[in-house]
Amino acid sequence: MNRRTVLALAVGAALLASGCTGTGGTSKGADADAPDDPAKVDGTITVLTHRTDLVQDGTMKKYAAEFNKTYPKVKVEFEGLTDYEGEVKIRMNTENYGDVLMIPAVIEKKDYPKFFASLGTQAERGKKYRFTDYTTVDGKVYGQSPLGVVPGFVYNKKVWNAAGVTDWPTTPAEFLDDLEAIKSKSDAVPYYTNFKDMWPLTQWTNVNGSVGCDTQATTRLAESNPWAQGADLRVGDTLLHDIVRRQLIEKDPTTTNWEASKPKLAKGEIATMWLGSWAIVQMQDAAKQAGTDPADIGFMPFPAQKNGTFCAVTSPDYQQAVNVNSDHKAAARAWIDWFTDKSGYADANLALSPLKDGPLPDVLKPYEEAGVKLLDIDDTKGAEVKSIDNQSEVGIYKPDYRQELVDLARGARKGSLDDFLTGLGEKWTEAQKNLGS
Amino acid sequence: MTDTTRKAARPAAPTAPAGPTPPSAARRTRRWRGVTPWLFLIGPLVLLIAFTYAPIVNMVAYSFTDWDGVSPELHYTGAENYAELFTRPELFEVFLVSGYYLAASVVQIAAALYFATVLSFNVRFRNFFKGVLFFPYLINGVAIGFVFLYFFQDGGTLDAILSLFGYDGDRAWLGTPASANVSLAGVSVWRYMGLNFVLFLGAIQSIPGELYEAAELDGANRWQQFRHIIAPGIRPVLSLSVILSVSGSLSVFEIPYIMTGGATGTETFVIQTVKLAFQFNKTGLASAAAVVLLLIILAVTWVQRRLVPDDKVDLV
Repeated sequence: MNRRTVLALAVGAALLASGCTGTGGTSKGADADAPDDPAKVDGTITVLTHRTDLVQDGTMKKYAAEFNKTYPKVKVEFEGLTDYEGEVKIRMNTENYGDVLMIPAVIEKKDYPKFFASLGTQAERGKKYRFTDYTTVDGKVYGQSPLGVVPGFVYNKKVWNAAGVTDWPTTPAEFLDDLEAIKSKSDAVPYYTNFKDMWPLTQWTNVNGSVGCDTQATTRLAESNPWAQGADLRVGDTLLHDIVRRQLIEKDPTTTNWEASKPKLAKGEIATMWLGSWAIVQMQDAAKQAGTDPADIGFMPFPAQKNGTFCAVTSPDYQQAVNVNSDHKAAARAWIDWFTDKSGYADANLALSPLKDGPLPDVLKPYEEAGVKLLDIDDTKGAEVKSIDNQSEVGIYKPDYRQELVDLARGARKGSLDDFLTGLGEKWTEAQKNLGS
Repeated sequence: MTDTTRKAARPAAPTAPAGPTPPSAARRTRRWRGVTPWLFLIGPLVLLIAFTYAPIVNMVAYSFTDWDGVSPELHYTGAENYAELFTRPELFEVFLVSGYYLAASVVQIAAALYFATVLSFNVRFRNFFKGVLFFPYLINGVAIGFVFLYFFQDGGTLDAILSLFGYDGDRAWLGTPASANVSLAGVSVWRYMGLNFVLFLGAIQSIPGELYEAAELDGANRWQQFRHIIAPGIRPVLSLSVILSVSGSLSVFEIPYIMTGGATGTETFVIQTVKLAFQFNKTGLASAAAVVLLLIILAVTWVQRRLVPDDKVDLV
């Protein structure tokens, strides 16, 4: 064997070895039981979180101190990750992804038992908590969202009132007329798309359920065409299209700026944005900074009524879960329970409590007065919807197709709305068939 | 690493005093002499294999699976990903966008050549201009993306400059596919021209000065000097630049990804691949797409080398 062959073989072997990096190690089905005696739980747990802002300003530390009053022997450490999804996804190829973490959206539901320890059965947890079905696999629950959000239009009350609109519009057509009124009577941008920042466009998927007022909305996504005539997503996407087509949006959507949009809404330069109840706090903060009245920030449901009432769906934030490889599962479980039940995190974020009997936050009081029905959507088929979404490359939780929709509406892309939505429907139903077979 | 150096050092010490047994010592010395270069090479080779070739092999391996990027399970699917790729022509339509960048790279090379030629002669503030032209290449691509986002924004820098000249074009620069792609390609010219410029300048300056003197004595003007001395003198560098810009325009990523995220018809093949892998979790398919892009670029380069062979240049 001459030197060159030896080298080639060595390199080849090294490459082959690396090529076979199997991701093995499937430990399965651990439980993280709630500890009986708080004083006996000990260990250091690491909590991975996407709320880098709360880690930096010390809010998380305050929660930990509060937690230590009940669980004195547990040390809680936080790791705030700016690109939460991206980083945790990669770390989950190892065993080292904290003790408590938010379940990244990319993890498939059927894989939950491989990555997370169960928090209990759905039958039992479902009585007390919202959103349990979002993380239920085979009757066991793997995560718990610390708060709930409700989608809706965040709007500037002053601007809307000045345009002579005081009642919430009840149909998409009425909503469009109101935006027209704002456009003609003020200098405000009636609707701001946040096109460039992309993710605000994905919020439009949360329309699903509000139109038909149906708790089975997710199941219907999995089983039928979401863009069929009268289907929720078609109604929502058509409204977005019409808003853009009638030029009720900012002048140049391709250079929008999310951070700058907040003070603009607070100052009344922007009238409306479709976001969610989570955005109200941020808008109110922006109002305080801009020196305007935070009470001007209003929140309204999607303009559609069923039998005379508005419907708004509740959806969870990131779900907290226990790492199945954690050495301190009891402590991790204690943290999740405490954070969900006692921390007041939902209140601080003016969000919906994850407890079924929790009181409504102040920001949703107008909803209560107007008799808006809050719907807890059944998410049993949530995993299927996700795989159809990925398989079809439609991306209802991704910004791309709505960007195309906006481009279509403002004439930067050729085609008609009908063809576009039909095309989406075809891709969707084809993926349904492929996955079903 | 420390381990290997120690091993290399230990036997070296006894070789010197091992006089009494010359034959075996000599053999040993010879053997160690053969091994020494490899010991020095281990460092770079390990790095090269670990960080360049192994990931590529991994990628090729993933391209034959249905891996989603996280799941502990992956299944071998044969050439299915490649079959899917080639039966979906819409996945290759994005290469049309590369046309804009290809056209831009012609402009870029021409401009770089012009500036390199002009600045190779004695011009006032020569070094200052060299710095100005090369500077954009030193800036981080992400920063450039953000800077130009403000530049093209409604009422941004570009609009402000144009209105100084009394031109009030009320247009969204990134608003339509054609306008957006031209704008983005313009940014890429701005960014990469400096690199071409420096390569050309280096090549031009390596041409011996006597040639210009002789040409001047013969009464050649600047254009004739360029045509008959500079152009043939920098041919290898020129063809390298062309190869770099062709492969560059096939795999544009940074600037459009940061500025538009691929919206409004600015999606390139690499952006599409990234979206397949990280949005739709089709890591297997995306790996296959990456392999195909690699092959396309290799093929294009090969064809180009065939058409324009790299001859030895002999000016004298």
